[in-house]
Amino acid sequence: MKGLWAALRKDLLLQWRTRAQAAAVYAFGASALLLFSFAVGPQASLLREQAAGFLWLGLMLSSTLTLAESFQAEAEQHALEGLLLLPASPRALYYAKALANTTALFLLGTGLLPMMVILYDAATPRVPPLLGIVLLGSAGLSAPGTLYAAMTAQARARQTLLPLLLFPLVVPVLLASVKATSLIIHGDPMGQLGSWTLLLTCFNVIHWSLCGLLFERVVED
Amino acid sequence: MPRGKLPYYSVALGALLLLWGSTWGLFFAPAETYMGDVQRIMYVHVPTAWNGMLALTIAFFFAVLSLWKGGLDWDARLEGALEVGVVLCTLLCMQGAIWAKPTWGVWWDWDPRLTTTAVLVFAFGGILALRQFVDDPVKRATWSAVAAIIAFADVPIVYFSVRWWNSLHQVQSTPATVSRAFHWPLRINAFGILFLMSGLIAVRARLAALRREDELAPPLPAAVPHGASLAQGVRP
Repeated sequence: MKGLWAALRKDLLLQWRTRAQAAAVYAFGASALLLFSFAVGPQASLLREQAAGFLWLGLMLSSTLTLAESFQAEAEQHALEGLLLLPASPRALYYAKALANTTALFLLGTGLLPMMVILYDAATPRVPPLLGIVLLGSAGLSAPGTLYAAMTAQARARQTLLPLLLFPLVVPVLLASVKATSLIIHGDPMGQLGSWTLLLTCFNVIHWSLCGLLFERVVED
Repeated sequence: MPRGKLPYYSVALGALLLLWGSTWGLFFAPAETYMGDVQRIMYVHVPTAWNGMLALTIAFFFAVLSLWKGGLDWDARLEGALEVGVVLCTLLCMQGAIWAKPTWGVWWDWDPRLTTTAVLVFAFGGILALRQFVDDPVKRATWSAVAAIIAFADVPIVYFSVRWWNSLHQVQSTPATVSRAFHWPLRINAFGILFLMSGLIAVRARLAALRREDELAPPLPAAVPHGASLAQGVRP
């Protein structure tokens, strides 16, 4: 547990020190939201209807940039080997990195919410549940994303490989997050929000456990 | 890696059975009452679905064994199963689209099984791409196995998420749900593709093992000195 806190502190500090890059990723996500509206057309009702989908596509595309860079510092000058020599388990290193990535994606998603409200007129008074879904969705993207980022950071063509591996895997996260966000914005007369939240939670439980177990094998060689 | 002729016999037997079953299905089995001749694609579509899923399940078990037992032979088998599974699932999507156009009126529909198969093609195809970009054979083996286990664990979640989202596909075809007149071509083709799949996995695994041996072999000397025996330049 001590190792986890130390590694988490290190990863959050790294995120803070590269905040200029986080700002660039935010600008990318915001411009993606702007571009989606050009693809659909200026009809306000249509844009409002598709707002949740655009928000999550923007966040998912931006997440690959955040995740791909998350192991960049460790990949340089064999820093990962150095970290593995420390008295902290590889599992602690994984969970720290995944938690730091979840924090970064949650902040990015929270930052994109006002853009969604302004561009698509998709305001909702139910902010706490919306933030809860953004948190669950960010955690769902981070769990497999962090594991794959650890692999692709050491491979060639990592910017291409990470989305190639990650996107098919996180289809349930995209579906559940879009549906849940849409139900929060447009109302939930059939009471379906609970099912989609449950699906997101199940995805998180399975992937946070499985990826934590397998991370050691990915970095041990 | 064993070096017998059995995989080639399996491929040949599979091809013959597939030819026999398809000829029966196309020319001798009766046409279906509502769909007519369009239904005949079922004789390859359903066996492809069964065997595609089986190949990816085999890939999952090879991935677990590769991580658990170590050794690069399991990785070679994993590569064979992944390749054959991805090819069969791609064929499955194509056959599904060919059948969907005259039946549903569209090439593609966001049905759970169709969508899950497409996601499987991309998820497992991504692992094949990963293998091309990792030079170290040990890392390649470990990472492919890890990625295959995660992708396989994701399949039920993908299926249920898409099922909640949208559903149109008919109930899956089994001998219990199709007429007796259609049983034999379906069964013959199922075994045909099973033999073809098993043989191809074994052949591809052998090829992957040979490629790995080539990768791990020490490099040839830059030049054989004048007068030296050629045998000195041959890899051990």
